[in-house]
Amino acid sequence: MTDTKAPSQTQAWHAIVIAALKRNAVRLATYVPDRVLTPLIKGLHADPDFTTFATTREEEAVGILAGAWMGGLRGALLMQTSGFATLPNALASLAVPYQIPLLMFVSERGTLGEFNWGQALVCKTMRPVLDSLAMEHHTITRLDELDFVVDRSIKQAFATQASVAFILSPLLTGGKTFSA
Amino acid sequence: MTRSGHATPSHDNAKVMNRFDLTRRLVAKLKKDEAVIGGIGNTNFDLWAAGQRPQNFYMLGSMGLAVPIALGVALAQPMRRVIALEGDGSLLMQLGCLTTVGQLAPKNLSIVVMDNGIYQITGGQATATASVADVVALARGSGIAKAGWAADEAEFERLSDAALADDGPTLIAARIDDKPATATTDRDPIRIRERFMQGLGVR
Repeated sequence: MTDTKAPSQTQAWHAIVIAALKRNAVRLATYVPDRVLTPLIKGLHADPDFTTFATTREEEAVGILAGAWMGGLRGALLMQTSGFATLPNALASLAVPYQIPLLMFVSERGTLGEFNWGQALVCKTMRPVLDSLAMEHHTITRLDELDFVVDRSIKQAFATQASVAFILSPLLTGGKTFSA
Repeated sequence: MTRSGHATPSHDNAKVMNRFDLTRRLVAKLKKDEAVIGGIGNTNFDLWAAGQRPQNFYMLGSMGLAVPIALGVALAQPMRRVIALEGDGSLLMQLGCLTTVGQLAPKNLSIVVMDNGIYQITGGQATATASVADVVALARGSGIAKAGWAADEAEFERLSDAALADDGPTLIAARIDDKPATATTDRDPIRIRERFMQGLGVR
């Protein structure tokens, strides 16, 4: 069971995210796997309040979440930085013009100790793409700000029918470190 | 899908039919506010031309996402039948979605693929279904066991009746000609989306 009340400082980042999703009636979780997101993905799978499954591509999840929201079911998409980089067409042709709110959690690769040059480069495209679509995004570095940012931004996304991206910094999650 | 006394319908022995005619036949069977998601381009245009039901959703881009959108609606509203109308080129762009449908196995989801073996709207370039790829084999290989070719219009109607009555997921593939669509959709995404949500009872 995950506590759905205000979080204590002893909760892990992924437990805080799950509690914020529940508090805002988000019940569908789609993801393309990522090592750093694994505890969040495991927590969602273990929680019967959520329908949780992997999609083969991030775009596919955008379609599923769009259909689900239009049908009255709120969902979220979990992915890593390189997965977000596959999304501009789906965002610009579906989410934005139809005013369909997406909740996107992005595990940030490519910075603060990245060991793969490709990841470092693709990371540079993420915020310019979000800004070019006038899409709300928050880079979350601090555990004590996580609940406030996620909870308030989910409410804003559904109230304004505009998507939001939560960029989960290695400062929050620990990130992925090089192992020889 | 085999009927005694008949050869198993396949891509090669299926009759080449017409998309607008088949779309009209399908839409005429929708009596329970079934949701229909039209893919990009001609499948969408002929869905529009077949009658602008509030339960129809028309994409204006996002090629390949008709099946994922339909899956999302099916998950949100398990008591409603949901149909994705796709073309062969669009399906090939997002083939992985068939495996997601196969894994989740939503009972209320059907996929109809209008296969003319070309990217018709961009100038008629050949798709892989014109030579090596078989839509029904791809569906079965993705875990969608109830997948079959419609041998002719009568069988398309029979398969459509089964898709609307029996547990899914199902996939119907139909060979179609290269006739252009008979109309084009409205281009106002917010109006399309609001009307669809009203049709689904969400608004």
